[in-house]
Amino acid sequence: MHANDVSSSADHAMAISARGLVKRFGELAAVAGIDLDVPRGMIFAILGPNGAGKTTLMRMLATLAAPDEGNATVMGHDLLAAADEVRGAIAMTGQFASLDEDLTGRENLILLARLWGFRGRAAGQRADDLLAAFDLAYAAQKQVKDYSGGMRRRLDIAASLIVTPGVLFLDEPTTGLDPKARQDVWRMIRQLAGSGVTILLTTQYLEEADQLAARIAVIDRGRKIAEGTSRELKAQTGSGSLRVALYDPSRLGEAARLLEARLGHVPQPNVEGGELSVAAGSAEAASAAVADLLAAGIELSDFTMGQPSLDSVFFALTGHAAEPSGEPTP
Amino acid sequence: MTTEDTAMRALTAVARPPRPSALSNALVFGWRAVLKFRHVPEQLFDLVMTPIMFTLLFTFVFGGALAGSSSDYLQYFLPGILVQTVVFNSVYSGMGLSTDLGKGLFDRFRSLPIWPLAPFAGLMVGDVLRHLIAGGIILTIGLILGYRPEAGAAGVLAAFLLLVAIGFGTGWIFIVLGLLIRTPTTVMTLGFSFMFPVVFASNIMVDPATMPSWLRAFVDVNPVSLMTTAIRGLMAGGATAGQIGLALLAPVILTLLLAPLTLWIYTRRR
Repeated sequence: MHANDVSSSADHAMAISARGLVKRFGELAAVAGIDLDVPRGMIFAILGPNGAGKTTLMRMLATLAAPDEGNATVMGHDLLAAADEVRGAIAMTGQFASLDEDLTGRENLILLARLWGFRGRAAGQRADDLLAAFDLAYAAQKQVKDYSGGMRRRLDIAASLIVTPGVLFLDEPTTGLDPKARQDVWRMIRQLAGSGVTILLTTQYLEEADQLAARIAVIDRGRKIAEGTSRELKAQTGSGSLRVALYDPSRLGEAARLLEARLGHVPQPNVEGGELSVAAGSAEAASAAVADLLAAGIELSDFTMGQPSLDSVFFALTGHAAEPSGEPTP
Repeated sequence: MTTEDTAMRALTAVARPPRPSALSNALVFGWRAVLKFRHVPEQLFDLVMTPIMFTLLFTFVFGGALAGSSSDYLQYFLPGILVQTVVFNSVYSGMGLSTDLGKGLFDRFRSLPIWPLAPFAGLMVGDVLRHLIAGGIILTIGLILGYRPEAGAAGVLAAFLLLVAIGFGTGWIFIVLGLLIRTPTTVMTLGFSFMFPVVFASNIMVDPATMPSWLRAFVDVNPVSLMTTAIRGLMAGGATAGQIGLALLAPVILTLLLAPLTLWIYTRRR
């Protein structure tokens, strides 16, 4: 029996379906009316800068904060009327590792397994299985206060999987992790999604949303300002960009004039020199521009046609840059 | 498919066991409190050092002056120091609660389908254990120094039961503070600044007969005095039902007022 069979009896394909969610803190509307539909089995990212309302939105959906207006169903259960059923169908990994520092990793998992109703040896077995799956078996008997950031995060996610949730909420799952640990967490998130768990994650890292999520909702100042696949969002900014690298950097000026003549945008040289990027309306226009360069005898060592980065998308949508500037370096 | 994928697949095909009872939930949190004792044995040091120092200081330095002889004073003081220890040690559950709330641990507990009061019940289990351990150590030291409970083992047992009830009642004060205050040390400072006058303006250390009348008026109705009188009576023999009832008055009132308040604050926080 799958744990989420209970709720799949409700015959709709959405894991989460929210309408008009509002949460105010005093005068400030942290979430100012958000609709959200998250299909089952999908990794869905809520992208936005600090203070955009991502965490508040997630806490409402995880029954940790009561909405002031609006409602939602989570795995077919009404958020307001059946909060306890919702809790039975979800798991949440908050922004700060919600673990008992004094206890060992194994004890933390046994504690939660027992709260879910596993008894005696079954609770221990569950803890051991999870520790093994999350590469933590070697640290099972260590107190959590001696864990590294990456280990804590892995244990925290493991703690959310005592009973397979229908929806797993991950609030900024890789904030503060080093690149290796971040890759590990990403791999686990993909594996979980592969086994059918719906994952709703918040992130302020454009790269993370791009890498993981099938759909992305962009949130700014409590409102959803865009939603779609990463490709769709990028398409909203209109154009891709052409990047060319020259064998002979001395001809950069000449190349720039040719590109501008063909594409109508001013090319930007890269910092190191020898490369130019320029907005290109379409792949056809870009290939014509490349042909112009070759016809003029300017040899290219490399060229790529890329979509705009999510950074530029975010800037185009919100009129201000995402913070921190796109690069998920801690 | 890698072996990791297989491991993850096996992991995510887990059925939810039948929902456990509220009592079972509470016992799990009690188990957590026991684990804390095992992993942080230092806390026992904090727990008993102060009362041991008090016992030695008052018995040997002040005892002779206060009661004629050290051994007479110990006979008077030991039940009182038990009350003081229990009242002061109630602060730990409030500090623990404040720490847990600050770290987001309660967010996980609250997103689980469990009895909402279970985490608090667990704190209380920890408190009771603390009271029993600290009380046991102080009693042992008292016995070594020459304290003799005239009511014997039965009297001591009854006194310890009453101590646990007292600790349970006062524990709510710190749980409410722990819920409201994010910094554990503030919980301690605030709690102590309220508890100190109540504990010291009592009959724990000296017979109030020598106090000025305005202070004696307070000491006589101070709940801590009422508790101490009952514990003394139970351990020496001759406690009346009325004394025990008066000692239980404050813990009962505190529980009736603060337990619902705790639940209200806790559920309103969302």
